[in-house]
Amino acid sequence: MTDTQTLDPPVRRDRGIGSVEVLAALLILLVVLRGHLAGLAGGARLQTWTTVFVSVLVQAVPFLVFGVVLSAVIAVFVPSSFWARALPRHPALAVPAAGLAGVALPGCECGSVPVAGSLIRRGVTPAAALAFLLASPAINPIVLTATAVAFPGNPEMVLARGLASLVVAVLMGWLWLRVGRADWIRLPHQEAGGSKGLAFWSAVRHDMVHAGGFLVLGAAAAASINVLVPEAWLQTLAGNPVLSVLALAVLAVLLSICSEADAFVAASLSQFSLTSRLVFLVVGPMVDLKLIAMQTGVLGRRFAIRFAPATFVLAVLVGSLTGVVLL
Amino acid sequence: MNRQAQAVVLLLFGGAILKASATDLHLRYVKEGLRPFLLVSGAVLVAAAVMTMWYEYRPSPPSRRDSGVHDHGHGEPRVGWLLLLPVIGLLLVAPPALGSYTAQESGTLPAAAESDYAPLPEGDPVPVGLLDYASRVIYDDGRSVAGRRLLLTGFLTTGPDGAPMLARIVVSCCAADGRPIKVGLTGGPAVDVPAGTWVQVTGRHSTRRTTDPVNQADIAYLEVEQWQSITAPKQQYE
Repeated sequence: MTDTQTLDPPVRRDRGIGSVEVLAALLILLVVLRGHLAGLAGGARLQTWTTVFVSVLVQAVPFLVFGVVLSAVIAVFVPSSFWARALPRHPALAVPAAGLAGVALPGCECGSVPVAGSLIRRGVTPAAALAFLLASPAINPIVLTATAVAFPGNPEMVLARGLASLVVAVLMGWLWLRVGRADWIRLPHQEAGGSKGLAFWSAVRHDMVHAGGFLVLGAAAAASINVLVPEAWLQTLAGNPVLSVLALAVLAVLLSICSEADAFVAASLSQFSLTSRLVFLVVGPMVDLKLIAMQTGVLGRRFAIRFAPATFVLAVLVGSLTGVVLL
Repeated sequence: MNRQAQAVVLLLFGGAILKASATDLHLRYVKEGLRPFLLVSGAVLVAAAVMTMWYEYRPSPPSRRDSGVHDHGHGEPRVGWLLLLPVIGLLLVAPPALGSYTAQESGTLPAAAESDYAPLPEGDPVPVGLLDYASRVIYDDGRSVAGRRLLLTGFLTTGPDGAPMLARIVVSCCAADGRPIKVGLTGGPAVDVPAGTWVQVTGRHSTRRTTDPVNQADIAYLEVEQWQSITAPKQQYE
């Protein structure tokens, strides 16, 4: 550790105690106190919380890693001229095209936020990039396959999910064209140049640490809901058609489950109606706690406080309507 | 959080994932089918850490200085520190699989009806899963299990009336969606070991039924002939 200090370029000197030192101290403390840690998780409720927390994370890690690597490939190896050629020139047409393009790009919502940011930076009209941001986590083949596996008796669920998500994404894009303002979006500082390898691995590292941190927050929230919300309480909500839709829409926001895994959770909420579970699947990949946090980080606060509530309302409306018609 | 610290955190996180997927630890949290993907993603995380270190320390100052300046203006992802929590969870705490606490808190899984119940395989006693048994008893009035000696494996939990019940957690994706399936025990020698103990119960179909007070789902019963406590199986979920 002292070696790194002497090797550091002067620009890093002014930090005083650096992150590596803090990390080292923290790790030593953890190893010393490991006996106490195991004891802390002794209560049955806390133990269940820890198990659920760890399992949500372990389940999500392969999907997150895949999304992060994919978005790094797109950001580094796909030239920006490609997007100008691939999308229709007229913004109103570019929106549905970008929404449909989400089908071809299997990523988790954690990965699609940085991808949308880099699309805007590369000159794609924000409305189209936002339609892509909303559509791709919900309608890509991996997610639709997972939905089909989770609902073996209801294949119409797959169609309803894909259709409702695409409609919400395109409507949000067009809404942005009408009322959106460019100065709401504030992109973070551009990555510095260097070789493609350096750019690729720093994109992977940065996105992984960033999105992974928010995933930990989401997993902690999910574990808390799992342990704290009594099942009997959900049962009473499940009986009322309107309340059940609102309850699962809010639950989707709070639980923040990756879109590849949320169909299995929806399937296990078997006491709820199919329509309310569809709303859960439409809202979840578009609006949730970790997405709002990530959008704030990547696209700016002024953007996130307008975009997330509008998407939530539209997703609940379109999801319910699709459910009434199709399910 | 500077890049060296991020590399160390990624290395620990990837290492924890690799350790969990190389051992049986991951079976407490996810399905076995996820294992190859966990191994690959653990390897990618470790590679990202190693590559970050390599670009940090390789002797080519210009690009390194560039990116050093960049990290200042960008705002360091402080939220990345939270990645240490799953590392602690996997390496130091390693919480057990869901068990009797979850079984008591949640309602039993409503057994799924099947159109046709195939005859049980040969064997005396014949091993049957808890979910399979409940489904055969509740939807087929136990026709396909009548007259056979059955072997059920699960852990003990306390039923609504205070009597011990056999239970198992059913997982469709990861432990977060785990729900218990419960089978009541009636007759035979009293099962007098504490909740959470794994047991193997031999018995026959019973017509007794009850409903779970948590979600009003039906619970089937087993007429116990004998039982013995066992060590927890490798795959604890059904």
